[in-house]
Amino acid sequence: MTSWLSKIGDWFDARLSFRGSLLPILKHPIPKGAAGPMGWWYVFGSASLTLLLLQILTGIALALVYVPSADRAYDSLLYLNYDQPLGWFLRSLHYYAGSGMVVMVLAHMTQVFLQGAYKYPRELTWLTGVFLLLCTLGMFFTGQVLRWDPDAYWGLAVGGAMAGRVPGVGPQLVHLVFGGPIIGGAALSRFFALHVFIIPGALLLLLGVHLWLILTRGVSVPPVPGQLVDPKTYDAAYEKEVHDKGVPFLGDAMLKDAFVSAIAVAVVVVIAAIVGPKGPSGPPDPTMGGANPRPEWPFLWLFALLSLSPPSWETFIMLVFPLMLIAVLLAVPLVSNRGERAPSRRPVAVLGVVVIYTLLGILTYEGTASPWSPKMNAWSGDPIPEHLLLKTPPMELMGAAVFQNKSCRNCHAIDGIGGRRGPDLTSVASRLTRDQLIDQISNGTPGGGNMPAYGKEMNPGEMATLVAFLSRLRPDGEPPAQQPTHDEPPKHEPPVQAVAGRRPLATAPRP
Amino acid sequence: MTTIKTKPSDLDRPTSGSDVGLPVRRSFFRRLTFAAGGVAAALASVPIIGYFFRTPEPTTLPWIDLGPISGFRKGETRLVTFDNPLRQPWDGVTAHTGVFVRNEGAIAQNGAQFLVLAINCAHLGCPVTWFPESGLFMCPCHGGVYYADGERASGPPPRGLFQCIWRISGGRLQIQAPRFPTLQDTLKDEPKSA
Repeated sequence: MTSWLSKIGDWFDARLSFRGSLLPILKHPIPKGAAGPMGWWYVFGSASLTLLLLQILTGIALALVYVPSADRAYDSLLYLNYDQPLGWFLRSLHYYAGSGMVVMVLAHMTQVFLQGAYKYPRELTWLTGVFLLLCTLGMFFTGQVLRWDPDAYWGLAVGGAMAGRVPGVGPQLVHLVFGGPIIGGAALSRFFALHVFIIPGALLLLLGVHLWLILTRGVSVPPVPGQLVDPKTYDAAYEKEVHDKGVPFLGDAMLKDAFVSAIAVAVVVVIAAIVGPKGPSGPPDPTMGGANPRPEWPFLWLFALLSLSPPSWETFIMLVFPLMLIAVLLAVPLVSNRGERAPSRRPVAVLGVVVIYTLLGILTYEGTASPWSPKMNAWSGDPIPEHLLLKTPPMELMGAAVFQNKSCRNCHAIDGIGGRRGPDLTSVASRLTRDQLIDQISNGTPGGGNMPAYGKEMNPGEMATLVAFLSRLRPDGEPPAQQPTHDEPPKHEPPVQAVAGRRPLATAPRP
Repeated sequence: MTTIKTKPSDLDRPTSGSDVGLPVRRSFFRRLTFAAGGVAAALASVPIIGYFFRTPEPTTLPWIDLGPISGFRKGETRLVTFDNPLRQPWDGVTAHTGVFVRNEGAIAQNGAQFLVLAINCAHLGCPVTWFPESGLFMCPCHGGVYYADGERASGPPPRGLFQCIWRISGGRLQIQAPRFPTLQDTLKDEPKSA
C-alpha cells in the first residue's frame, strides 16, 4: 500500500519536481536562534500572511454575492446579512480578519524595528514591507466604501473634499476619484476595482518580492547586545552562522508560525461569530442629514489629529503630513542600516516606539469620543436635568427653553450631558458675569472662532431669559463671577466682529 | 593553408554600441523588434491609460426644476430634494440629493430673490442641517456653523456655504444641477471642458 502511494508520489514528483524545487525553499536554513525561544518574536509576519489568505478566501466568497452597483449594493449587503446562509458570518469574518491583519502587520513591523532586523542587508525587505502596510490600510479604506452606507457615502465626500484641496489639480483629482461630478455608481465601481483588483494586485506583487527577499537575504539572527551590523563583514558572518549552526525553516520554526497563525485565525473567527457583521448602518441617502462619517479604526488617530488641530494647519495635515510619515518609514533603513540591533542598546528606538504608540492610543481614543462633533439631536434629545430646574422661577425656565431651542445644547453640555464642542455650561456663571455672558452669546468667539454670534438670532427677551437661566445654573458653593475692578473697559464698547466686514453686530440687548 | 571566407555582411559588423559583433541584418532585426515592441506598447497603453484617467464631464449643466416660486415662503429656509440629472442610471438613492432654498424676499425689479445653498459643508463636505429655531446651519463632523444667509459663523470652514446658480423660468425656480463642490471647484464655476 505504502509502496503504491510512494510510486504515485514519485510519478507526480518526476513531473512537478516538488522535492527538487519547493522543498528546498521550505527547508531553507534559518539561524538556530530563530528556531529557539527567540523564534516567538518571528511569528507575526506569517500570522499576517495567514490572515491575508483568510481575507482572500472570504473576499472571494463575498464577491460571489455582493453587487458593486450604487442602486443594489446596499440591498446585497442586507441579503448577505440576513438571507444568504452564513453570509453574516463571512462579512463579519472579513472585517475582523482584516482588523487582525492590521494588528499583525503592525506587530510585525514593530518587532522588525525594535530588533533592528531592517538593517543591512534587509533594507529592501523593510521598504516593501512599508508598501505592504500601505496596501493593507488601503484595503481597509476601500473596503469601508464598499459597505455603501452613510459612513461610506459621506466618508467619500470628506475624502473628495480633502483631495479637492490639492493645489492646482484638486478638481481634476476629485473628478478622477469619484469617476464623475457627483458621488454615485461610478465612485462605488472605482472603489470596488481598487479593493478587489488594483490594491490586491499590488499587494500580492509586493508580497512576492517581500518573500523572495526573505528567502534570499535570510531571516535575521536574534539580536545580541554588542554584536554590531557591519555591511563589510555581515554577509560572511551570516553565512557562517546559518550554514554551520542553522536549522531548516520546515521544522520547529515553522511550527511556531503555524501555532500562532492558528491562534490568530481562531481568535478572529470567535470574535466574528460573537460580534457579528459591521453595518451597513443605513441606506446611503444623501438627503438624510446629521450623518457624521467616521473612518475605520486604523485611521481614527489621523481623524483626531486633524480635528484637534487649528484650521490653518488642516491642509498640511491632510495632504503633506501622511506623505511625511511614509517618507520617515521609508527612510528608516536608509538612515540607519548598521550598528547595534539589540533593543536594550537602542534606547532612542524603544522610546520612539513607546511615544508613537502612546500618541496613537490617545488620538484613537479622542477619535472614538470625538468631542469636536456637535450632537445634532441634543437640542431636542437631551433635556436639561430636572434637578437643575427645581424651584426655578418662570423667567429662568423660559431661558432653559431658549437654551434648548437655540441648539446651544448641541455644543454645550449641562451637567455632563450634551455636545462637547464647547465647554460645559453648568458653572458658567462662576466664570462669566451677566454682561460677559451677553457679550459672549451676542458676538460669539471673536474672530469667528468656535462659537457663532447669536446677536441676530435672538431677540432681547430671549437673551434676557437665557442669561438669567445661565446665571442661576451656578452650583451652590461656587462664587459668582465678579466684575473686573481694574481699568474696566466701557461695557458698551463695540465688541470684536465675528466675521470682519460681513456681519453687522446686533447691539447686545440688556436684560 | 586555408583561407577564411568572409561573407560580405561580416565586413559591415558594427564596431560600437550594443550591436557590436552582430551581423548587420541581425542587428537590424534586433532594432526592429525593439521598435515594434515600443509601437505595440504605445498602441495598447495610450487608450488604456486614457480610459483610466479620463471620465466624461458635462460641458453644460442641466437645469433642475424645484417647483413654483409661490411654494417658497418669504424668509423660510427648507431642504428641497431632487434626483440629480448628473447621475448614472444605476446611481440609485445616491443620486437623490438636496439643496437648501431660502426666499429672501422680493426685490423691486428682479422679482423674487432666492438663495440656494448646497448641502455640503465648505470644510470637508459633510451634510449640514438647518436649525430654524436658532437660524443656523450646523455640520455634524467638525462643528462648522453658518448663518441663515450661508455665511460662515464659526468652526473650521474656510468660507461660507456653496451657492447654486438659480433662475426663475415661467414662475418656477430652477437651479443648475449641482456637482460635488470643493474649495477650488465651487458651484459658481462653470465646468471646465475636458
